[in-house]
Amino acid sequence: MLLTITTTYSPATDLGFLLHKHPDRLHTFSLAYGQAHVFYPEAHADRCTAALLLEIDSVGLVRKNRGQFRDSFALAEYVNDRSYVASSFMSVAIAKVFRSSLSGKSKERPELADTPIPLAAKLSTLPCRGGEKYLRRLFEPLGYTVRTERHGLDTQYPDWGDSRYFSVTLESKCRLSELLTHLYVLIPVLDDDKHYWVDEAEIRKLLKHGEEWLPDHPEQETIVNRYLKHQRRLTRQALTQLRDEEIEEVEEQTHEGEAEIEQRIGLNEIRLKRTVEVIKQSGAKRVLDLGCGEGKLLRKLMREKQFEEIVGMDVSHQTLIIAQQRLRYDRMPEKQKERLKLMQGSLCYRDKRLEGYDAAAVVEVIEHLDVPRLAAFERVLFEFASPEMVVLTTPNVEYNVKFENLPEGKLRHRDHRFEWTRAEFQSWASDVSKRFGYDVSFHPIGDTDEVVGSPTQMAVFKRESHGENIPK
Amino acid sequence: MNIRIPDPSLVILIGASGSGKSTFAHKHFKPTEILSSDFCRGLVSDDENDQSATTDAFDVLHYIAAKRLAAGKLTVIDATNVQVDARKTLHALAREYHYLTVGIVLNMPSKLCHERNEVRPDRNFKSHVVRNQTSQLRRSLRSLKREGFRNFLYVMSTPEEVEAAQVERQPLWTNRTDETGPFDIIGDIHGCYDELVELLELLGYELSNLPDGGLSVKHPQDRKVIFVGDYVDRGPKVVEVLQLVMEMHNTGVGICVPGNHDVKLARALRGKNVTQTHGLAESMSQLEHESEEVKTQIAEFIESMISHYVFDNGKLVVAHAGMKKELQGRASGRVREFALYGETTGETDEFGLPIRLNWAEEYRGSATVVYGHTPVIEPQWINRTINVDTGCVYGGKLTALRYPERELVSVPARKTYYEPAKPLLKKQTSSDLQKDEGILDINDVIGKRVISTRLNHNVTIREENTIAALEVMSRFAIDPKWLIYLPPTMSPTETTTKPNLLEHPAEGFKYYRNQGVSKVVWQEKHMGSRTIVIVCKSFEVAKARFGSAEDRIGICYTRTGRPFFDDAALENELLTQVKTAADKVGFWEDLKTEWFCLDCELMPWSVKAQELLRQQYAPVGTSARVAIDHVIGSLETAEKRGVQLNGLLDGYRQRTIAAKEYINAYQRYCWQVLSITDLRLAPFHLLAAEGAVFIDKDHLWHMQMLSKLCECAGDNLLFSTGNGIVDLSDQDSEAAAIRQWEELTAQGGEGFVIKPLDFIVKGKRGLAQPAVKCRGREYLRIIYGPEYTLEHNLERLRNRGLSHKRSLAIREFALGIEALERFVNHEPISKVHECVFGVLALESETVDPRL
Repeated sequence: MLLTITTTYSPATDLGFLLHKHPDRLHTFSLAYGQAHVFYPEAHADRCTAALLLEIDSVGLVRKNRGQFRDSFALAEYVNDRSYVASSFMSVAIAKVFRSSLSGKSKERPELADTPIPLAAKLSTLPCRGGEKYLRRLFEPLGYTVRTERHGLDTQYPDWGDSRYFSVTLESKCRLSELLTHLYVLIPVLDDDKHYWVDEAEIRKLLKHGEEWLPDHPEQETIVNRYLKHQRRLTRQALTQLRDEEIEEVEEQTHEGEAEIEQRIGLNEIRLKRTVEVIKQSGAKRVLDLGCGEGKLLRKLMREKQFEEIVGMDVSHQTLIIAQQRLRYDRMPEKQKERLKLMQGSLCYRDKRLEGYDAAAVVEVIEHLDVPRLAAFERVLFEFASPEMVVLTTPNVEYNVKFENLPEGKLRHRDHRFEWTRAEFQSWASDVSKRFGYDVSFHPIGDTDEVVGSPTQMAVFKRESHGENIPK
Repeated sequence: MNIRIPDPSLVILIGASGSGKSTFAHKHFKPTEILSSDFCRGLVSDDENDQSATTDAFDVLHYIAAKRLAAGKLTVIDATNVQVDARKTLHALAREYHYLTVGIVLNMPSKLCHERNEVRPDRNFKSHVVRNQTSQLRRSLRSLKREGFRNFLYVMSTPEEVEAAQVERQPLWTNRTDETGPFDIIGDIHGCYDELVELLELLGYELSNLPDGGLSVKHPQDRKVIFVGDYVDRGPKVVEVLQLVMEMHNTGVGICVPGNHDVKLARALRGKNVTQTHGLAESMSQLEHESEEVKTQIAEFIESMISHYVFDNGKLVVAHAGMKKELQGRASGRVREFALYGETTGETDEFGLPIRLNWAEEYRGSATVVYGHTPVIEPQWINRTINVDTGCVYGGKLTALRYPERELVSVPARKTYYEPAKPLLKKQTSSDLQKDEGILDINDVIGKRVISTRLNHNVTIREENTIAALEVMSRFAIDPKWLIYLPPTMSPTETTTKPNLLEHPAEGFKYYRNQGVSKVVWQEKHMGSRTIVIVCKSFEVAKARFGSAEDRIGICYTRTGRPFFDDAALENELLTQVKTAADKVGFWEDLKTEWFCLDCELMPWSVKAQELLRQQYAPVGTSARVAIDHVIGSLETAEKRGVQLNGLLDGYRQRTIAAKEYINAYQRYCWQVLSITDLRLAPFHLLAAEGAVFIDKDHLWHMQMLSKLCECAGDNLLFSTGNGIVDLSDQDSEAAAIRQWEELTAQGGEGFVIKPLDFIVKGKRGLAQPAVKCRGREYLRIIYGPEYTLEHNLERLRNRGLSHKRSLAIREFALGIEALERFVNHEPISKVHECVFGVLALESETVDPRL
């Protein structure tokens, strides 16, 4: 909430001309969400400091934005750090209060505005997602000396660890407009959030303020991505303009631990391919993807003409909406649309809609169920839905030692309730197959290690046939 | 003509245009019972006579008819229906819903019809239309009975006859809903006469010998016996059983439905070619010496029996092999089939017996269904159904279910009269039982739901809320078998206008005074996490009553149904301590129970809220502290230079205090938990135990019972909640409580919960809030933010609406109590789950989370 800018240029008080704010007065501006004040804690010829103090009216803010946070944890709307930290609110204040300085204009000292002078900016509380490392990667390439002080979460409970807040000083010899521009763009990038809706206009702002330095910045991609609130379409558009070349696809940045851990070996792709192969070989025409998530497997199944009816079920309605978008369901030709059905459902509840299918894929699902609820899952799937074939995959916990970035004893994903050894999985699957009249076989997925096996294990259940002895 | 019509049935009017069908229909039936093709034509085309709209009109008509039939309503089809195809469709519809059809034919002279049409300006048919219809009708007349009208076909040929006709509605034969009992429902007898007599005597029936050697049976309290059928075959005294049952039937003390064995015997007695297996041969040889007259009498008796009956205003259904909800009280070949044989897959098992489909497991009807047919060792309730065939003839026992008492009475077989083809179904273990009814169906929870509760009528859950709840329930909740209750949300008091405060106890007292309550209790509100604790006397009880698959004596779960602890050992320690306290205080004996359920607060807050503290509360505190310090530093330097700061510095000095108080506020509720000795459990409701939900006890009782429990607990885990009574007619009493609240909150306590002394209070407009909370000034910083106490903030925050929160609280309260009551009444798990699912769904409604 407090940004100070200090110069030791002589006479330092010229800072007042550069900022168009008289050093001996308190200047107050009213903003949409509160007030901004500018005052000078010190103003000597050898050293002058201007302070931009941002006062966000948190109660008024909530009333204005009611409903905006509907999906997030709702109390965060009311008790949050926005009044105390440097964020997109600060960028907006800079643009409003220091508008001419930001664009490098000075009525009284035009040449000085164009001259690099020794400047130090200090932010009282800067939230840094990505930590000090990322902070330095943003500012050091721009020629700043970065000094930081990190703050713990709670003085009484040091074991709670560090907060994401830093008090930061950035020193450089540069034009004031450069400093302001860098702050304007990079504060919200570090905070990794924006308080307003982001659209094409935001690209224009970014390109304007980043014109001089962004094309060569080593963190260009993360800056653009974060600045545009991770919107892939906007990011692609901005990068295309920046690099003057067509950007095909922006790599999806994933925050999911599991995907990150497994990504290195491309495991998910292998798993899905195998699943499709196995189901295809069985001759199945009508298939279920239980726990379809955002539709990666569905997309692969849709590509196979053999499958006449494909049902994707997930317990999360939100996820299904994403799946629908990713699969571009609305733009599918009628014929394709008819093949695909998405529905919300749960594997803990018997569901008549699931009866009578040739095959069901249950890929990386069971480890998200609490063990006491597996009994219901088993009956729902094997007894009631009772497809001819079930292809089920789950992590092989023995393999976890091979993931370097996975701490010992940790599971691959925060939501995993268990991860099984091969013996555990096989004993469970064999028992299930016996109880419900299936034959089961096991298959490794991914590179198999002699000692710990493959990263993923797959069980293929086939309903025991009744008419074996009938002569053809 | 007297036209008898079974109710319900599908009444099909048949007659040419102008024959007077609509007039007849409106004279004898309610307007809503009549579906007219003309009207439907109008619905789809704005013109009742637009013949081009006929196809669409009939689609609509059939659609509405199907809905009415599904709902069991008498329905009259007012259309010409002179063509066989038109009638065929209607017969098919009736069959689908197991309805009888009634044909009422208005066979008027075509001249008359034409004249009538002539005077109606909207009907400009040519006369040949009516002529054609009349001749189509006449051609149909002979085959109508065969088409499916059977016993209910009425043909009228003159206007006078139509004028004179009377319509008389008769309940279906299966409908005995006026009879409310009490009943004793006796399982399959199979010729076990001695056991039957013994059982009747045990049930209190007085048996006396009749001069002709028979028995007369009476009950001093006029109870009646309902037999579920299978009187004959396999056993030693088939004739005696039949004579007794027939006697009881004739005197009205016995009500009989047929079993598959009885029906087969009747066929054999009629000389039909029937294979004499499954004990039929034994019956036939026992009947050998009886006169033809007796045999005919027996056959007639069996043939006269109705497939099944619905009693007690639809609350009780008795059929030999059970009855699905859709078929109850209906009439068709399928219904009779189901009543006699149940539903089979068409396959046979390794003993050569048909594999039965378990209709009971899927049963979701509200009526209790009592049946027999398949011998079991012990009768068991599954989804409001019970099989009372305990295989007497196989050496088991003969069992009666007393209704409405729902007690089982049985006498053992004197010997094994017949070897079973396969072993009797063993008493299912509790987990089998849970297995049978424990599978919840997606249709038990999704879509828009209307749940009827005893406390608050119907509670409606919107579909968008069930969508949200399905995910939470599936991904995070504990095993639904344990999830017998979820607590309601709680509204704060009205907002106070007292300076520096948002909430004050006086508002809570005022609320209850307005609800007509004279005494309230206040209870200290603990700042921890809401916990529901269920404790059983032993693993076995947990298994038997809750169907727990794991070895656990109970469970702790959160207000959203999640497991409270990740650490099973810690949870077990806590449960064991509570159990030990219950042992000591004698809860098991006092409450006549082997389990109980507590509503508690578990502290510290940081145990469950660690994530929240680290993600939200601590960051706000840290950033506020650091930022404001920096600001004050800069402002002070500027002030020293003589810059006029217009009071900014003072403002920030106030804010720095607020930030510190905020940090203090959350820190107060945090402490490190290394073992169970660091946990504190404060129970405040003793919600339920076997046979009782303690909402009939006032809060003093709850507090006293729980404080006894807490006293008996070793260590520090359990502790009683501070509380007091306030007489709302006594200002001093109120003032004293307010002082206590002030002291409590000044010391950092969260505040009070204020409750009416009685658990349930009906106010002027339905249920009163079961409790309101009144939180202290410092605690509310956690909720409203560090600086909410600054006057310009407080002023705006006072503008808050409580009505939605309060309405939610009432609905959730009613659902939560309903869930407990259903569990305590041994209702199927799906019925309990429906209610807790409802609470969870309502919790996804958007309401100001600060309330």
